[in-house]
Amino acid sequence: MIELLKLLENDARLSHEQIALMLGKEVGDIKKMIEEYEKEGVILGYHTEIDWDKTNREYVSAMIELKITPQRDKGFDHIAEKIYNYPEVESLYLMSGGFDLAVFIKGKTMREVAFFVAEKLSTIEDVISTSTHFMLRKYKDNNIIYGAVPVDERGIDF
Amino acid sequence: MIDYTKILSETVQEIKPSGIRKFFDLLNDKKDVIGLTVGQPDFVTPWHIRVAAIESLEKGKTYYTSNSGTLELRQGIAAYNKRRFGLDYDPVSEIVVTVGGSEAIDLTLRALVSPGDEVIIVLPAFVCYGPLTSLCGGKPVFIYTKEENSFKLMPEELKSAITDKTKLLILPYPNNPTGAIMTKEDLEPIADVLRGTDIMVLSDEIYCELTYGHNHVSIASLDGMRERTVITSGFSKSYAMTGWRLGYTLAPAPVTKQMLKIHQYAIMCAPTVSQFAALEAINNGDNDVAVMREEYNRRRRYIVAELRELGLDCFEAEGAFYVYPNVSKFGMSSEEFCRRLLNEKGVAIVPGTAFGEGCDGYARISYAYSVDHISKALSRIKSFISEL
Repeated sequence: MIELLKLLENDARLSHEQIALMLGKEVGDIKKMIEEYEKEGVILGYHTEIDWDKTNREYVSAMIELKITPQRDKGFDHIAEKIYNYPEVESLYLMSGGFDLAVFIKGKTMREVAFFVAEKLSTIEDVISTSTHFMLRKYKDNNIIYGAVPVDERGIDF
Repeated sequence: MIDYTKILSETVQEIKPSGIRKFFDLLNDKKDVIGLTVGQPDFVTPWHIRVAAIESLEKGKTYYTSNSGTLELRQGIAAYNKRRFGLDYDPVSEIVVTVGGSEAIDLTLRALVSPGDEVIIVLPAFVCYGPLTSLCGGKPVFIYTKEENSFKLMPEELKSAITDKTKLLILPYPNNPTGAIMTKEDLEPIADVLRGTDIMVLSDEIYCELTYGHNHVSIASLDGMRERTVITSGFSKSYAMTGWRLGYTLAPAPVTKQMLKIHQYAIMCAPTVSQFAALEAINNGDNDVAVMREEYNRRRRYIVAELRELGLDCFEAEGAFYVYPNVSKFGMSSEEFCRRLLNEKGVAIVPGTAFGEGCDGYARISYAYSVDHISKALSRIKSFISEL
C-alpha cells in the first residue's frame, strides 16, 4: 500500500494507531502490513533526519565518481560489493552517463577522505579513474529543506 | 476634542467588532500554546505557482489589468469550473476576478441588497456575511442549522425564514466552521423552495475543492438555479494561496455588469502579480489540489476518530479543514470551555459563538496543522477532559 509507505517515509514515528485512523483501516491490519513489509525488505530501516552542521561533529562528505571496466560475467555487482562493504561508504549507486559508480562517503577530514579514495577505492582492480567532489553545503535531503526552522506565521482570519 | 462618535458613520459604528478578537487577545501573553485555530492551509503555495508570479514580475508585468481581470485568467476560471463542476460561465461577461473571496462576497451583497432587504444567513458560518449585509442597509435574518441535520440547511427552515422582503440567501457550503457539505440530494429541496421566486442565492464555494468522499456540487448546476445564483470562490483554500488575495464571482451577465461597476470604482483590478500566479494554479494545479486534499483527509479521519475516543461527540465533517465537536455536555458555555482549555492546558480552539451568537455548545478545531502538532494538542485535550 503505497500510501502507508509514503506516510512512514515522511514520519517513521507515526504509531500504528495513528496510521490506522488516518487511512481508515484497522490497527491490526496496519501492524500486519508493516511487519510484512519489513520481512520482505520493502521497509529496510527507520532513520532520523539530522542537520550535523548544527552540531559540533567534525566531518566532511564527498561524492566520488568511479569509472570501471566491468569484469566479464560479473558486471558491476562484484565491484559494487567490494566498495559498499566499507563502513565509510554511506550510499552507492550505479549510474548512467559519464561515469559508472557514485560513491557517497563521510570522513572526519578531507585528508581522511582523500586517503580512503587513494588507498581503498583507486586500488580496486578494474577502477579506471576516480574523481572526488566534496560537498560544501546540504540544502535539501529526503524532502527536507536544511537551515531554516519553519515558524508558523499564519494570521488569524477573523 | 472631536467627538468622533458623532462624525463616524452610524452604520459602521453599529457593527460589532469580531467577538473572537477578545478571545485571541488572551493568547498574546501566553507561552507554550498549541493552536488549532487557524483558518488557512498550512501548505505553502506550490512552487510552480510562485515561480509564475516571480516570472511575471521579472517580465515587468506590473500594470493594471482590465477591471474584471485578465481574459486568460477568466478563461482559465471558466474552463476549470466546467471541468470540475460542470458549470458554464462566459469569461467575457459573467466572471469578475476579485481581491479574495471576501471581496466577491461584498460585491454580491452590494450589487443585490437595497436598504430594508432581508438577507437570509445560514449559521454557523464565516463571520463576514452579517456585517457586510448591514453595511448595505440590509437586514440579516439568521437560520441556525442543527447537528441532527448534519448542519445542512433544511427546506422547512428556509421556508419559514422567507418573507416578502427576502432578497438573498447566503449558502456557505462546504462550511466553515462545521465542515458540513450539501450534496445534490440536499440541495434539490432547497432549490425547490427558491425556483419561481425572485430570491437570489449567494453560494460561497471557497472550500469547493476540499470535500471528502463526495465531489462538490454547486447549487447553480441544478435546474433553474443558474439564473438566480452568484457563486463566490477563490484560490485561497484550494491552492494554499490565502496571502495572494485572489477570488472571483460567477454570475449571470446582468448581475456581473453591476458588480463590475462597484469593483471598478472601489478596487480597479485584482493585483496583477496574483492574477499570474492564479493563472498557473488554475491551468496546472489540479494535482497540487489532489495531494493537499488527500493529506487533509487523512488528518480529518484521524482527528474525528481521536476526538470521539476522548469522549467528545464529533459530527462527521465531510468538507473544509475543520471539525466542530459538541462540548455542551460539560456543563459550561463553549466560550468557557475554550478559555479553560487555553488557561489550564495551553490549547487554543475557537468557541462556536465566534460564528454566530446562537452557536453555543460547539467549538471549531482546525486541522490545517501537521499530524504531529494535532497529536500533541489532542493529548492535552484528553488530559483536560479527564479532569473535568
